[in-house]
Amino acid sequence: MMMKWRGWALATGVLAISALAQAAPPTPAMLSNACAGCHGTNGGSAGPSMPSLASQSKEAIVEAMKKFKSGERPATVMGRLAKGYSDAEITAMAEFFSKQKLHATTQTLDKAKIAKGASLQESNCGRCHIEDGKEGKDDTPVMASQWLPYLQMQMAEYQSGKRKMPEKMAEKVKPLSGADLEALLHFYASVK
Amino acid sequence: MTLDRRSFLKLAGASAGAAGLPLIGRAAELMPKSGKRVVVVGGGYGGTIAAKYIRMMDKSIEVVLIERNDHFVSCPFSNLYLGGLLPDLNTLTIKYDKLAANHGVKVVQAEVTGIDPAAKSVTTSKGTLTYDRLVLSPGIDFRLDEMKGYDAAAMEVMPHAWKAGPQTILLRKQLEAMKPGGNVVISIPLAPFRCPPGPYERASMVAMYLKQHKPGSKVIILDANPDIVSKKGLFLKGWKKHYDGLIDYRAAKKVTEVDTGKMAVMIEGLEEVQGAVINIIPPQKAGLIAHAAGLVGADKKWCPVNPTTFESTLHKDIHVIGDSSIAGAMPKSGYSANSEAKVCATNIVALMNGKEITEMSAINTCYSFLSAKEAVSVTGVYKVNAEKQAIEAAAGSVGVSPDLSEVEAIYAESWLKNILTEMST
Repeated sequence: MMMKWRGWALATGVLAISALAQAAPPTPAMLSNACAGCHGTNGGSAGPSMPSLASQSKEAIVEAMKKFKSGERPATVMGRLAKGYSDAEITAMAEFFSKQKLHATTQTLDKAKIAKGASLQESNCGRCHIEDGKEGKDDTPVMASQWLPYLQMQMAEYQSGKRKMPEKMAEKVKPLSGADLEALLHFYASVK
Repeated sequence: MTLDRRSFLKLAGASAGAAGLPLIGRAAELMPKSGKRVVVVGGGYGGTIAAKYIRMMDKSIEVVLIERNDHFVSCPFSNLYLGGLLPDLNTLTIKYDKLAANHGVKVVQAEVTGIDPAAKSVTTSKGTLTYDRLVLSPGIDFRLDEMKGYDAAAMEVMPHAWKAGPQTILLRKQLEAMKPGGNVVISIPLAPFRCPPGPYERASMVAMYLKQHKPGSKVIILDANPDIVSKKGLFLKGWKKHYDGLIDYRAAKKVTEVDTGKMAVMIEGLEEVQGAVINIIPPQKAGLIAHAAGLVGADKKWCPVNPTTFESTLHKDIHVIGDSSIAGAMPKSGYSANSEAKVCATNIVALMNGKEITEMSAINTCYSFLSAKEAVSVTGVYKVNAEKQAIEAAAGSVGVSPDLSEVEAIYAESWLKNILTEMST
C-alpha cells in the first residue's frame, strides 16, 4: 500500500504540471466541429430545415454570421451563437466549411419542377448563382444540393420581408410567380 | 489532489472490489493491444462522438467502444413520446453498425465492471482490455440514498424515465392507463441534474396529453429547487397559454421518501402528496463506473476534469466527458456531451502524437417543446478562461428564445436528426 501511495503522489505531481501546459488557440476544426451537432459532420446536414455548410462559400458564411450577429438577418439560435465568436473565428470556420466536400442530400424532388427551374435559372439567377448554383459570386450562397425545406423557409422569410433581399435579387424575383420560385428551389436542391 | 490518504485507500479498495476479481490482470484478455489504443466506455451522446472523431482525425489509433446495450435511446425528445407526439421510440434509437463500418470503431457489447488506472486496463463482462487512454462517458446514475424507499422495485411502480428506454415506455403506459381525474406527480431533484429544462418540458408534454385524454386530471410538480431551473419565463408563458390550471407548480418541495403502497411521496417528513401516476426524477451523480474507478471529486457526485482535455484531475490518461464531468458553465445536456467529446478527441489525438494541445471551443443548443407545434431553445458558446482554468460562456452567446416558436419546433426536429445521424454514421 505504501508503494501505491507514493506512486499516486508522483502521478498527481505529473498531472499538476500538465494542467499548466500551454494550449494553442482553437484551430478551424476545433471551432467548426462544435457546429456539427446541428449542421452535420463536416457541415453535411441530415436535417431538412438545417442548411448544409459543407462546400458553402466562405464569403457567404461570413456574411450570414455577421448579419446574425448584428440582428440584421432573422434568426433563432444563430443570433445568439454568432455573438460567441470573434470575426477572425468566424472567418476560420467559414474557410473550414467551404473546403468540405459538397454534401449530397437524399430528398424527394419534383421532376417537372426541376425541369422548369432549370429553364428559368440561367437568365434569372445565373449571374450571381453561378455554375447551376454550385458557386456564388462574391457573397452569394451556394445553393446546389441544399435541403428543399431549408430553401423554402428562407424564401418565405424573404417574401414576408423578415429577411431583406439583396437589391439585385429583389429585381429578379419581382416578375417571377410563386410557382416559378418553387421550381427554382427544386432545381437548385437537385444539383449534385 | 483533493483526496486525502484515507479516502484514496477506500477508493482503491472499492475499485478492486467492483472488478469482482482477485486481480484485474488475471482476467482473460479480450483483445490484445498491439499499437496505440483508446478505449471509450459508453455509447451515448458523448462516447459515440469521441470514438468517431478520434478515428476521423487519426486512423492509426485503434478505438474500442464498449457499451452494455446493442442500441441507444435518446433522452432528448423522449418527452414527446410521453406526450403522445411520437408513436414509439424508434426515431430516438440508434445502432452502432455504421459507426463501426464507416470509421473502423471496434464496438464491444459488454458491461464494464472495473477500471485499473495504474495498469491502464478495463475489466468487462467479456474480458479485460488495456488502453493508452480511456474516455468515460457513462452518463448519470442516481443518489438513491437520498430518497428513502426508492429502489429498483420502486422504479417499476414510480418510474424515473430519466434514462430513455423501458422506463419511458412504462411511464407512458401508466399515463394511458390512468383513470381520468387522477393526478400525475413529477418530482424534480436539486440541480445540477441531466438536462436542466427536461423536467419542465416533461410537465408540458404530460399536461398536453392530460388535456386531450384525461379530463379532470392535472400535473403536480414537486420541485426541490427554489424556482424553475431553466427557461422559466417561457415555461410559465406556455403553461398559461396551453395548460392553465392543469399544472400545479410547487417550488422548494424536496421529495425525500416514497411509499409505493400508498402511491405517495413525502417531502422532508413534513408533507405527503399522493398521485395516480408518480414520476420520480431522482437526485443524480456521475455514472457508477466513475465512482468505482475513483474519478469522483470531493463533492462525491461528479468528476473533476482538466477543462481543455477533459482528462481527470484524479487519474492520469482517463478522460471524462458528458453528464458525469464537471464542465464549468456547460449544462449537462446531449449537445454539451457531443461538443465535449470533440474537444476531448482533438486533444487526445494531439497528446498521443506528442503535439501541442488546442484550446477548447464548444457549443450547447437545446430545444424544449411546450406544445405539439411550439418549442423554445437555449444556447451557449463555451471557452476556457485561462486564468481561472474554468469553462465559461462567451459573452452574449447564452440566452433563450424570446417567445414560443413554431419555427424552433421545426428546427428542433432537424437538431435531433442531425445529432443522432452524427452519432450513428
